[in-house]
Parts: sequence; C-alpha cells; structure tokens
Amino acid sequence: MNPAAALRALGARSIALVRDLGRFALFSVRLVAAGVQPPWRARRLIREIYDSGVLSLVIVCISGVAVGAVLGLQGHNTLVRFGAAGQLGAVVGLSLIRELGPVLTSLLVAGRAGSAMAAEIASMKVTEQLDGLRMMSVDPLDFVGAPKALAMVLSMPLLATLFTLFGIFGGYLVGVVVLGGDPGSYISTLQDAVRFTEDVVGGLLKAGVFGVLVALIATYRGFTAHPSSAGVSAAATSTVVIASVATLVSDYFITALWGY
Amino acid sequence: MAKPIEIEAQGLCYTRGSRVIMNQLSCVFPRGRISVLAGPSGSGKTTLLRMIACLIRPDQGALRIDGEADLTELGLGAVRAFRRRVGMLFQGGALLDSMSVFDNVALPLREHSELGEAEIRDEVHRVFEAVGLDSVDALLPGQLSGGMVKRAGLARALIEKPDLLLCDEPFSGLDPPTVRRIEELLMQVNQSGGATMLITSHHTESTRRMADHLVLLLDDGAVSGDTKALLQNDARVAEFFAESTSPALAKGAP
Repeated sequence: MNPAAALRALGARSIALVRDLGRFALFSVRLVAAGVQPPWRARRLIREIYDSGVLSLVIVCISGVAVGAVLGLQGHNTLVRFGAAGQLGAVVGLSLIRELGPVLTSLLVAGRAGSAMAAEIASMKVTEQLDGLRMMSVDPLDFVGAPKALAMVLSMPLLATLFTLFGIFGGYLVGVVVLGGDPGSYISTLQDAVRFTEDVVGGLLKAGVFGVLVALIATYRGFTAHPSSAGVSAAATSTVVIASVATLVSDYFITALWGY
Repeated sequence: MAKPIEIEAQGLCYTRGSRVIMNQLSCVFPRGRISVLAGPSGSGKTTLLRMIACLIRPDQGALRIDGEADLTELGLGAVRAFRRRVGMLFQGGALLDSMSVFDNVALPLREHSELGEAEIRDEVHRVFEAVGLDSVDALLPGQLSGGMVKRAGLARALIEKPDLLLCDEPFSGLDPPTVRRIEELLMQVNQSGGATMLITSHHTESTRRMADHLVLLLDDGAVSGDTKALLQNDARVAEFFAESTSPALAKGAP
C-alpha cells in the first residue's frame, strides 16, 4: 500500500470513528430523554432488573468469594513478610470496596447481561420486532431500550455491593479459617480502615458510572446492529469488548479525578 | 368505519450501494380498494411498502396521501400520527417474542387508548375471533405455527381499525387452506371496514382472486390498473403471470 492510500485509509477510519462517537452521543441523549419521560414502564423495568440483576447473582457471588479468597491468600503471604498479617481485613476490604468490587462486577455484568441485552435488541431488529413497534407508534427506545438501560444502571451498584460482601467473606474464609488468622483482627482492621463517604460511597459511585457505560454501550450496539445473524453476534461481542475497555479506562479517570 | 386513504407514488428513486432498486417509480393505490403489488424478486415491492410505512425514505420522489401531504417530508410527530391510521402485517409477523400473543395484540390499545383491561380483553377476543384464533392468549409467538403467527400479526394490525392496511407477503410459506382463509379474511375486512389495502405478493392465484387493483413492478417502471383488464390487455402482465402460475390460471380460468 502506498503512503497516500494508507493515509487515506487512516483518515477514513478516523472519520468513521468520530461519526460513530457522534451517533453514540445522540443515541445516549435520546435514550435518556425516553427514560425520563412518561409513560413509566414499571412492569418492564422489573422484568429487566430480573434479567440483568437477579440472573447475574450467582456468577457475581461465586466470583466475589473466589476473588476474596485469592486476595486473602496473597495478602496474607505478603503481609507476613512485613509482620503485618493482622492487617489482612483492611487490605481485603479496601481493595474490594474501592476497586475490585465495582470493576470486576462491571466486567462480569458486561459479559453476561450486557452481551445478552445487545443480542436481544439486535435480534429484535433482525426479526422486524422494532419496526413492528414503530408501526404501532411505539418508540422502541422508550419501550425496549430505556427499561433495559435503567435496569442495568440500578442493578450494577447492588451487584457490586454483593460482590464486595462475598469477597470479604472469601478473604475471611482463607485468612482466618484456612490460614488461622485472628478473626477479631480481620473484622476490626476492616472496620477501622474503611471510611463510609470516601470508600463505600466512592465504590458505589464507580459502580453507578460503570452501569451507565455498560447500559449505553449494550443498547447502542443492539439498536445499531446490522440486521443479520452475523450482526447479532457482532453486537454481543463488541458490547463485551467496548464495555470492558470503557470500564477499565474510566476507572482510572474516576479514581484520578475524584482523588479517592 | 375506516376513512380509507389513497396513496400516490410520484417519481420514487431508491438506491442501495451500487444497486438501483427504484428508478422514477410512479403509481397510485386507490382509496378503499385491495391493491396487490406484484413483481419479480428484488423489484422493490417490500421497499415500496416500507416507504409507505415511513420505515425508510426514498432518495427522491414523493408519496402523497389523499393527494396532499407528502409522507417523505413528514416530521416524527406527523409520522406517528399517520401510523396510528395504518396497520401493518410483516412477513414474519414481527410479534414481540417476549410477550404473550394476547399482550402483543393488546399492546396498541394499551399504548394509545383509554380502554380498561376488561374492554381491551373483549376487543382482543373480538379480533381473535375475526382472524380465527382461539385459545392462544397465554401462548408465546414461538409456540405458534406459521399460519397462526400471520393471523396473530394480522389481528394486531387490525386491532385499531386502520384506514390503510399494509401486508408484506401474507401468503408466503402457508399451506393452501390457510392461504384461502387469510385471503377471505382480508377481503372481508376490506368489505366490512372499507380500509385501503396494499398487499405485496408472489402468490399469483391469490392475486387473481382478491386484487381489484394490480401494480406490477417491472425493470422499466410500474404497470397498474384493474386486475382483470390488465391480465387481458397487457402483454407484459400476462407474460409475468404466465411465467409465475399454472397455464390454466394464466389463461384466466377461475
């Protein structure tokens, strides 16, 4: 490829990226507008919370215990070197509450509920269900997109909280029950180290932001999917990839900007 | 009673990539009549139907309703108001697969009317009876046969008593008795309600039986007019039907 053609291809890709970002921004505004205006679709919202939240409970809880157990093991082995094995509760708790709980929950939920959400919307597009709604003068963004997105935003902080609690329990199992640490130290150092506003509220804020990101990316990918079976699969895959990267990148910025 | 709509296509052009789907297409779908839109595969039948439904916009040209408003120029609010007057039966039914058949058909009433649940139930069952559906309330669309999906889709299209009914290939993939049943149903709806009907179809026997107006899309434009007259007097129409149907029917046998 000659340099001019390469430059042209790069330019075309850059323009396509900017155009896609612009479409994403407009889509987000329309989705939020649809979500905050009546009619309120409580029944659909509850069903979507079940799909996004309740059906993610098992993987979130199991993953939480596993991550907490690993943290307990690694933390114990490291802290013993510095003679600070008693601080295990603080290490496990702060790691999970401030960072790992929201981030790993977001990655898990993007992989399970986000991809399912994008695939469902894309498949509704392929089978003309979205056009069917339009023909009934029902806005698909309002009827399908808004309840799904809102359910994701509401579920994420709750799932992150559960992940964190199960993680702390996993750390306790390994640090105290398996490795014989002191249970009182584990709980008291955790209690002393965690600050509600800085750590707990900050972690919930992160989870909320990740929920918004995953919800917007999943619904956007679903609604803009190519109407074919390959398009459905691409919508699901790209949701997982983009939402995961967006979670990790935004995590850095939230941490840096809010300084917590 | 419906207030039937007349649709006039004026110089429609539509291109996708390098493929020209429509080039200066003009035709009329008369008020209150059953018009069948026929033509070879890829001639733009479904595209035209989707343009009339405002689901896609032509690159050029106008679609006039009752000789006045141009559908291609309407804003979102006006499009939604127009769609309230239109029922559409999609080729695959387009029923929401996460909702029961009853909820699918009740949806337009729940969204747009002030009716209570009891009245909605009565209205839905009235339409179910009209399309010949029974005991399907709690079933999901995935549990229905192809013919039942079409009838449920038709029930949803008819529930708000539309002035214009658009049907995309309503007979495709159906067995002959079901085809006859849907044919009779559409003719009955047209006779009792007077709604303008626009049906895309490859099914030449049905076209001959029910269409009182025919629009045949060909490479060099559209041929339209009274079905019987076109079959007898227009060589291109006769040739198209001769190629797509049995010899007896092509000669005008009932």
